[in-house]
Amino acid sequence: MFKKALSLCLVVLMVAALCISMASCGETQEETKLTESPLGEVELKKDFEIPEDFKVGFILLHDEASTYDLNFINAVKKVQKALGLTDTQIVYKKNIPESNKCYEAAVDLVDEGCDVIFADSFGHETHLLKAAKEYPNVQFCHATGTMAHTEGLANFHNAFASIYQGRYLAGVAAGLKLNEMIDSGKITADKAKMGYVGAFTFAEVISGYTSFYLGAKSVCPSVTMEVQFTGSWYDEIKEKEAATALINNGCVLISQHADSMGAPSVCEEKSVPNVSYNGSTEESCPNTFIITSRIDWAPYFMHMIKGVCTGTAIDVDWCGDVNSGAVVVSGVNEKAAAKDTLAKLKEVVTKLKSGELKVFDTNTFTVEGKKLDSYLADVNTDAAFEKDTEVIKDGYFHESEFRAAPYFDIQIDGIKLLNTNFG
Amino acid sequence: MMLTERRQKTVKKNDKTIREPLFRVVKRDGMPWYKSMLIRLIAVLAALLLCSLLSIFMAKASPLEFIKTLVDGAIGSTHKLWKFAKDTAVLLCISLAITPAFRMRFWNIGAEGQTLIGALASVAIAFYLGGKVSDGLLLVIMLFASVLVGALWGGLPAFFKAKWNTNETLFTLMMNYVATGLVSYCLVCWTPTNGSVLPRLEFGHIPVVIHEYFLIIFIVLIITALIHVYLHYTKQGYEISVVGESENTARYIGINVSKVIIRTMLISGAICGLAGFLIVGALDHSINTETVGGMGFTAIMVSWLAKFNPVIMLGTSAFITFLQLGSSQISSTFNIDSSFPNMVVGIVLFFIIGCEFFIGYRIKLRESDKKGGNKQ
Repeated sequence: MFKKALSLCLVVLMVAALCISMASCGETQEETKLTESPLGEVELKKDFEIPEDFKVGFILLHDEASTYDLNFINAVKKVQKALGLTDTQIVYKKNIPESNKCYEAAVDLVDEGCDVIFADSFGHETHLLKAAKEYPNVQFCHATGTMAHTEGLANFHNAFASIYQGRYLAGVAAGLKLNEMIDSGKITADKAKMGYVGAFTFAEVISGYTSFYLGAKSVCPSVTMEVQFTGSWYDEIKEKEAATALINNGCVLISQHADSMGAPSVCEEKSVPNVSYNGSTEESCPNTFIITSRIDWAPYFMHMIKGVCTGTAIDVDWCGDVNSGAVVVSGVNEKAAAKDTLAKLKEVVTKLKSGELKVFDTNTFTVEGKKLDSYLADVNTDAAFEKDTEVIKDGYFHESEFRAAPYFDIQIDGIKLLNTNFG
Repeated sequence: MMLTERRQKTVKKNDKTIREPLFRVVKRDGMPWYKSMLIRLIAVLAALLLCSLLSIFMAKASPLEFIKTLVDGAIGSTHKLWKFAKDTAVLLCISLAITPAFRMRFWNIGAEGQTLIGALASVAIAFYLGGKVSDGLLLVIMLFASVLVGALWGGLPAFFKAKWNTNETLFTLMMNYVATGLVSYCLVCWTPTNGSVLPRLEFGHIPVVIHEYFLIIFIVLIITALIHVYLHYTKQGYEISVVGESENTARYIGINVSKVIIRTMLISGAICGLAGFLIVGALDHSINTETVGGMGFTAIMVSWLAKFNPVIMLGTSAFITFLQLGSSQISSTFNIDSSFPNMVVGIVLFFIIGCEFFIGYRIKLRESDKKGGNKQ
């Protein structure tokens, strides 16, 4: 009996000790101080009245556990605060797959009295479109989609942001870091090779890594890049493997377009600088995190809600940029970034905001050794995926102008794809 | 050292008293049906009570609100009623498909893959032939393709089981992955720049009669009746039961066991294929790797809870669908973690399975020595 009591006491003690040690772990975690963002903050202003019975519904592919959906949820919270919406005025439908379930969720939201319904995943589009056709009095908004500008429905809208601008800025920060490595003699100029962990070989990812590369190239002309695709938006192990392979291949800086902590954590482990995306990785990677870019959906939600409440039209194909506050970059982590990164980024921001600097300026890149004068992109969705629109004019590639969702899918010189993965 | 010491101690202890264990499990002989139903009812109520307690902590909603939202979410409006009936029908269809195999003790956990591959066949036909043949003919071809491919997907593991006695559980499970892989591959081929998302197809829609979901519900009801008759009133259904009870008995009375296994799995797979056709033709008009969404596995629970009886499965599939729809409404209304629906379904199933144990067995406590007397 005594033995039993003793062992019980021991177990309780051990559990308590574990709890305490875990708790103290949390406390001692180092806080990284970031500088202000080179872009500055865009304030959300409430300049219209919201009816009391106003309701907005959000259809999300996953829940908070996914950085992609969390980014949307955070934007909703921001807008909720700015507009003073109550909890009952916002309805979430989480974990809605890209199937008829999306249509059903949309109809449910109409049933519950929503005036405007937003869906966040690419594959939701055609199912949401079906609901839009059935309920002409309700507004339907869809992120990352491509069909609103050809469908011509008054109540169906697409939205995206020219996130390539944010990637470009992050790329500049990466290029400055490479320059620092070259200057300090750590590497030679011809060894300035970056690695990029991408999800799929689609326009969205290609546009992202190309703008990142061009940003780096604008300050470090000798830079090259290798891209490894994982075939998933979220696969921690594969992302880790890809990052490790790239580092072993001689890449001295890593960036990624996938949602897990895989690549950043490998970088922290191996002390390789990392440029992040979407997630805030500075907490778990205090020594290697340089900067991160993401889309802030709050400006779009403001636009969408304002449109419904004031009866003005919502843009058919809204595209946010650095000026509207939809493209955001974080502050710079001075512990990992090169000196004076912030000052340099601010210069670039001014040029981007004024339109003087074009990210996809055809003078800055070549394809198979030649400058590009003309390119047909697949802008209008059709079954045959026909390339239908001339997108190079006035000396630059007009990304996200003919429709908000990216369509830059050119393989430019200096970037080597180690594999391709279309899912 | 330690070990020998310990062994000696135990021996000593055993020498002293050979005691009866604190409790033992005794099989119950037949319990009247109303009593067992009462126990199940109590189990469900207890489970719901626990769930509502959970929701108090997680969402600060009173148990009354919990129940109200649960019911509202599942069957609160005409539209929700239709959706409830439709979801039940699809789940029931897949459950019906696996039932013949399960009655035969053939543990087919490949319904997910068989349904998915059926759906893929339908989508492929609609993708390539859509607009080229009349819509009626297209639907017929889609149906045949789905049923055929589903049967093939179910028949293959059965053939291997019958010929070489391979493990059907592993085989059917692996066939799920093959089906998922094939779907991803086809999507890449069909959508070169579209991120593997196939938009809703325009052709091959099952016509709308009365309501969008009416036909799908109606078809599944007919299948339910057919399967019920097949299992309980035909020679083949009897053969399935005998093979399930004992293969040796089956062989002894002249049943060709291999033939029964393959035939039953062909039927199982075909109905799964049909379910895939219904999902594509009446609902999704598209496909991705999540089209079946785990229903192939939930179906096992539906079938098992109903003791493999198609008519009772009407109730169990409706019950599980009710819980899923209602609890996802709870997580939406109170904005609590979206794994809450799974928790609710898990808790309720846990209680039901637990109570099945108490219906089948009872626990006999050790009779204390003081009360005197050894009964034997």
